[in-house]
Amino acid sequence: MAERGIEIALRVPTALDVVEEAVDLVARHCLASGLTPRAARFNLRVALAEALANAIIYGNRLDPGKTVDVRVVVTPSLLTVHVADQGDGFDPALVPDPTIPERLEEEDGRGLFLIRQLVDEVRFNDRGNAICMVLRRA
Amino acid sequence: MSFTLRKDPRGVVVIGVDGQLIVGNRHELKQKVTEALDAGERKVLVDFTNTGYIDSSGLGALVSLSKKLRDAGGELRLAGLNEDLRTLFELTKLDTLFNIGDTTEQALASF
Repeated sequence: MAERGIEIALRVPTALDVVEEAVDLVARHCLASGLTPRAARFNLRVALAEALANAIIYGNRLDPGKTVDVRVVVTPSLLTVHVADQGDGFDPALVPDPTIPERLEEEDGRGLFLIRQLVDEVRFNDRGNAICMVLRRA
Repeated sequence: MSFTLRKDPRGVVVIGVDGQLIVGNRHELKQKVTEALDAGERKVLVDFTNTGYIDSSGLGALVSLSKKLRDAGGELRLAGLNEDLRTLFELTKLDTLFNIGDTTEQALASF
């Protein structure tokens, strides 16, 4: 049986200047969630900010008529953050590793890599327009 | 969030990042460094002593500026990263690309 959890849902407009506020709102709610202080302050914030920026820029392509849905589920053992945009989706397997020598000096392409490094598990839906990031609670 | 700019007597342009370096203000930093470059400056130090956060776009802007300065015979160095910011550079292996000083003074002394 799935664990019962508390759920927080946010609908974020397609605007980069709201990313910080949205991340603040979620991080504040998750501070007491049992994540280590660093995971709440750093891992969660960076991963969510990168996922939101990707959703706004690459997913919704900055279309102000579209929104990004954020859903955070806190259970006794996990904190799960879902970020879904209204774009066409992408294939995450095709995103190259930005740390290989020939890509190290590229300007873009580090967002998803950072997310993968900072959370315990990353999943996508089949369409590729929704990311699910899982952090284990301490 | 804003940037401060000063010229150190040792000939280094020091740009302080107050708050964050993110997708929303990275172009402002690029513009400041490009203006310094156009004015003949070749040594630029970005000071993160008062910076809480850099996102992947901010990291990308630093990579692009570093390349631009190097192509012009100059160098971009960094200083004052807190533990979280240093972790971002280590994870992305950008710590291998940049000369990173622990403090602004240390970075200036070795420039």
